[in-house]
Amino acid sequence: MKRIYVNEKWCLGCHLCEYYCAFAASGEDDMAKALKDITINPRIKIEEQGDISFAVSCRHCDEPLCVKGCITGALTVENGVISIDQNKCVGCYTCILSCPYGAVMPSETGAVQKCELCTKNACGEPACVKGCPNRAIVFEERG
Amino acid sequence: MKNYVILGNSAAAVGCIEGIRQVDKEGVITVISSELHHTYSRPLISYLIYGKTDEQRMKYRPDDFYTKNGVTALLGKTAVKIDKDLKKVMLDDGSAVAYDKLLVATGSRPFVPPMQGLEKVKNQFTFMTLDSAKALQAALTKQSRVLIIGAGLIGLKCAEGIRKDVASITVVDLADRILPSILDTEGSAMMQRHIEKSGVEFILGDSVKEFSEHSAVLNSGKTIDFDILVIAVGVRPNTELVKEAGGVVNRGIATNDHCQTTLADIYAAGDCTESTDITDDTVKVLALLPNAYMQGECAGINMAGGEKLYNKAIPMNAIGFFGLHIITAGSYKGDETISRGNGSYKKLVTRDGLLKGYILIGEVARAGIYTALIREKTPLDTIDFDLIKEKPQLMAFSKADRAHKLAEHSHSL
Repeated sequence: MKRIYVNEKWCLGCHLCEYYCAFAASGEDDMAKALKDITINPRIKIEEQGDISFAVSCRHCDEPLCVKGCITGALTVENGVISIDQNKCVGCYTCILSCPYGAVMPSETGAVQKCELCTKNACGEPACVKGCPNRAIVFEERG
Repeated sequence: MKNYVILGNSAAAVGCIEGIRQVDKEGVITVISSELHHTYSRPLISYLIYGKTDEQRMKYRPDDFYTKNGVTALLGKTAVKIDKDLKKVMLDDGSAVAYDKLLVATGSRPFVPPMQGLEKVKNQFTFMTLDSAKALQAALTKQSRVLIIGAGLIGLKCAEGIRKDVASITVVDLADRILPSILDTEGSAMMQRHIEKSGVEFILGDSVKEFSEHSAVLNSGKTIDFDILVIAVGVRPNTELVKEAGGVVNRGIATNDHCQTTLADIYAAGDCTESTDITDDTVKVLALLPNAYMQGECAGINMAGGEKLYNKAIPMNAIGFFGLHIITAGSYKGDETISRGNGSYKKLVTRDGLLKGYILIGEVARAGIYTALIREKTPLDTIDFDLIKEKPQLMAFSKADRAHKLAEHSHSL
């Protein structure tokens, strides 16, 4: 399946992926309207130090510890995509305890959130990839 | 076609079903459970009472789970004996179920120690199953004064779940601090202060000398009047079936790294078993849902003829009380690095160049990066430990490791 891959060599540290992620998840049509005056809580996050930066989001592991450990059954894998049923999640954070990438985080609702490869919003394919100006984030089929 | 029988219907059983089906789509799977319910998440019973979930949403798998996985669920039936020679399980209704491969995932039961006068208390409850939670809920009123014996995970989740529905809650524990199984002294004190703010009262280092119907006299001489008693002192693994069949049982059912018991074709997983904690190489009952699932899955794959190891067990807990989150993992013997923030507490424990354990209260973001260091026994001299001490981050790994994690297909780690 196609997954998101990050090449830190090309990352400019511009944080646009975070904004595109938050915009895609907002369900709004207008980016400025969606993100104006809010602190975004994106599902992809940039780590940076000195001149190194890179984006981190869910790796959609073949053996997902978050799914195996989920106490409610809210995290599931379908066709390789790991998604969260926020209606089922009670916010116990066992997935945050489990994820080796630190790619699951609390959302405003108390349930957790994570990258679902934009399968649940109108974007169609990962907004972070489309918005990355330097192809540091790609969406590809690899072995 | 293989005939799989699973005793139990919770996380380990579900893990086993999903493990079997990764390898064998055809075999017959029979689940036998004393409880009548569709598989549900036990840790959610406190959330159910609180109102944060309901009986439909707390189902651990969807309604069509058994059908989709070709599982016959014999619910409301209890296994009373394993005949390992005839490879049959005897049930309480007199019937017998034959197996080729058997999983014992019988869980644990509340431990109720002998206490003087306990039989006089009519309104006494435990807090472990859906039925026990519903029975407790039905007995509660806004006027209820509740006494909980046990300041561990179960007792305090119960306290949180019922707090807004009752007049008062007093928690008594023989230990001198709360949550001793997962926290250190400072963490316990911090959580105690936080929980007390919600009106839960603690009496620690004390125990009940004698009950009468609506009051308890403690060893300190104090008397507590109550309407409802909840006993949450601890749990005991259900090991009898394996023991009587001749399998090795210590604290829990002994299993190897394939989750097999010492008996041929009999596997065990979940709260009824013991496992080796890789952070201190001691054998413990790690009664935790993620471990139960992973043991069950491992057993299922092996039962079906695949190859899977369960050899990275560590204690780990993610839990919150009244809005304050705790994430802990591993064991706490070693060199400590402690930092304190406004409403947060963090302890990292290192030994022999490895991260062995941690406690995070309040600030828990990305804790899994720490958990992975423990589970994978990552030598700390291969990462920037000073950086990762500040907060969990992938930046602390080498450029090559980062590329491996983020630019390659991840199988798991």
